[in-house]
Amino acid sequence: MKKGNTIFFKNKPRITSFAAICGSKEKEGIIGEYADITLEDDMYEESTFEKAECKMLTNAISLAIEKGSLKEKDIDVLVSGDLLNQIISASFAARDYNFPFLGVYSACSTMSESIMLSAMMVDAGYVKRAVAATGSHFASAERQYRFPLEQGTTRPPQSQWTVTGAGSCVIQSATEGIKISSATMGRVCDFGVTDVNNMGAAMAPAAADTIMQHFKDTGRDPDEYDMVLTGDLGVLGSRIVKDLCWEKGYDISDIHVDCGEIVYKVIENEFQGGSGAGCSAVVLNSYVLSKMRAGLYKRVLFAATGALLSTISSGQGESIPCISHVVELEI
Amino acid sequence: MGQEILAVFLAYLKAFAVGGGICLIAQIVINFTDLTAGKILVYFMLAGVVLTAIGVYQPLVEFAGAGATVPISGFGYLLANGAMRGAEKGFFYAVTGSLAAASAGVTAAVVFSFIMALIFKSKTKRN
Amino acid sequence: MTGKTKDNYNKNYLNYVKTQDPPTQHLKNCAAAFGVGGLICCIGQFIRFMLEYAGLTGDELAGTTSVILIFIGCLLTGLGLYDRIGRHAGAGSIVPITGFANSVASPAIEFKTEGWIYGMAAKMFTVAGPIIVFGVFSGALVGIIYYFI
Repeated sequence: MKKGNTIFFKNKPRITSFAAICGSKEKEGIIGEYADITLEDDMYEESTFEKAECKMLTNAISLAIEKGSLKEKDIDVLVSGDLLNQIISASFAARDYNFPFLGVYSACSTMSESIMLSAMMVDAGYVKRAVAATGSHFASAERQYRFPLEQGTTRPPQSQWTVTGAGSCVIQSATEGIKISSATMGRVCDFGVTDVNNMGAAMAPAAADTIMQHFKDTGRDPDEYDMVLTGDLGVLGSRIVKDLCWEKGYDISDIHVDCGEIVYKVIENEFQGGSGAGCSAVVLNSYVLSKMRAGLYKRVLFAATGALLSTISSGQGESIPCISHVVELEI
Repeated sequence: MGQEILAVFLAYLKAFAVGGGICLIAQIVINFTDLTAGKILVYFMLAGVVLTAIGVYQPLVEFAGAGATVPISGFGYLLANGAMRGAEKGFFYAVTGSLAAASAGVTAAVVFSFIMALIFKSKTKRN
Repeated sequence: MTGKTKDNYNKNYLNYVKTQDPPTQHLKNCAAAFGVGGLICCIGQFIRFMLEYAGLTGDELAGTTSVILIFIGCLLTGLGLYDRIGRHAGAGSIVPITGFANSVASPAIEFKTEGWIYGMAAKMFTVAGPIIVFGVFSGALVGIIYYFI
């Protein structure tokens, strides 16, 4: 059933197992003790950063399947994507498996988009079990979007740090696990922010738009949620999203948590926190889902946000269009 | 002897002040405009070329020594100076003079970078 | 939203974002740039004095000084130290000739995984290429102007 932009799942597909891998810098943060594998070396015993990213994603997928006591043959489809050009990490990870692969891209909101699509397919009964996964790597993202790693550049105070990590979850119709009860598809929002270092400000309107759309479609108040979890807005973006929602009469300031804000142990003065597809994927698939499974959070609104830019578009002076997809998780 | 030491000390002081001053201007520009490193390097090199061409940079080089030649504007100075000297010899040298003067720097950058690429591997960073 | 109101909204939003921006630490940045930049120039001056002592003069002296500084820049880049200095020093380590060396060496090291010819060699000048392009162009222009006047 669809109302507004929100899809209400009648069979409530569930997340039955999940897995996360994070890098050495992320390990020191809140997710360190919840992640299944933490890397000592961000190269992950591979020769290039891209290969390391792919390996993280592959291992996250395998681990999620394993943790659900499933076999490769039980999985009907993999929905995945990442930040690199032509989503190579996800496609290359998929070649190790026998099940079909659907590649998706919506930048850092890939996790919520792939959960949403998996849930739709499972809910409709087209597939029995789907895996949603995504990941990112600091070094590979840095060299694609910004500068070579060795170059001595300064980071402006608005900048964020791409998370090294990957997360995945298995979605199926079952009697146990975390329910996916509804999902709100996001619209692309562009408020004219052109500064590629200020992703938080660019993405905040998109997040606010989809979150408020969700409240409107469901007819619920923000108090009915235990947590509104945004993807990688950072400190600055979080402040803006709260302001934007408050302006329209939705007060989410008490329940709002940003993955980018909590992922690192110390947010150094200069940085706004973590970013990247892996940021929301790792935090959701380790910390948040573990806490939900333990019953600490009853209803979580997961709104990963993505900045849909490329080095070409920003080179041509285009502003940054952004998107956010919302998935409602319940126990 | 005392005077010699004073002269050396003064040379360092001048190099520090002028070189640091050029970097300071660049930092102020970065702070207010968010220009990236590549653009800063181009603009300062061009500033060096223009200032040399209008005859301002030469006295600065004589005054501050390395303080004026080490920053990237000194590279512009090298290029413009080479071209100006070439222009005295003829049209051909006027066109080729700039790169000829800067050939040492460019060659060194290419050769050493090649060697470093042979030896080292790119490393990720944590902060 | 029609085009006009959208533009207004954007402007309002961008102004609002500006008020939320974290402050740039001007004093700290500038002090670091001045100090590090000055220090690198002093090292250059030291090399200059040493070479002068060794009997070099004129163009040879200036050229050799740059070559040695470029070597230091490339080596620190290879060791992964230059980006650390750059993080704190800002323009202080970008503007000196060592920063130019860093901008040549860093893509060379970074992109060698994509092959020696199209990776290392082709990408070597992604950052520093414009300096050569504008440098040679403006140099030739200055030369031609001086030839005719």
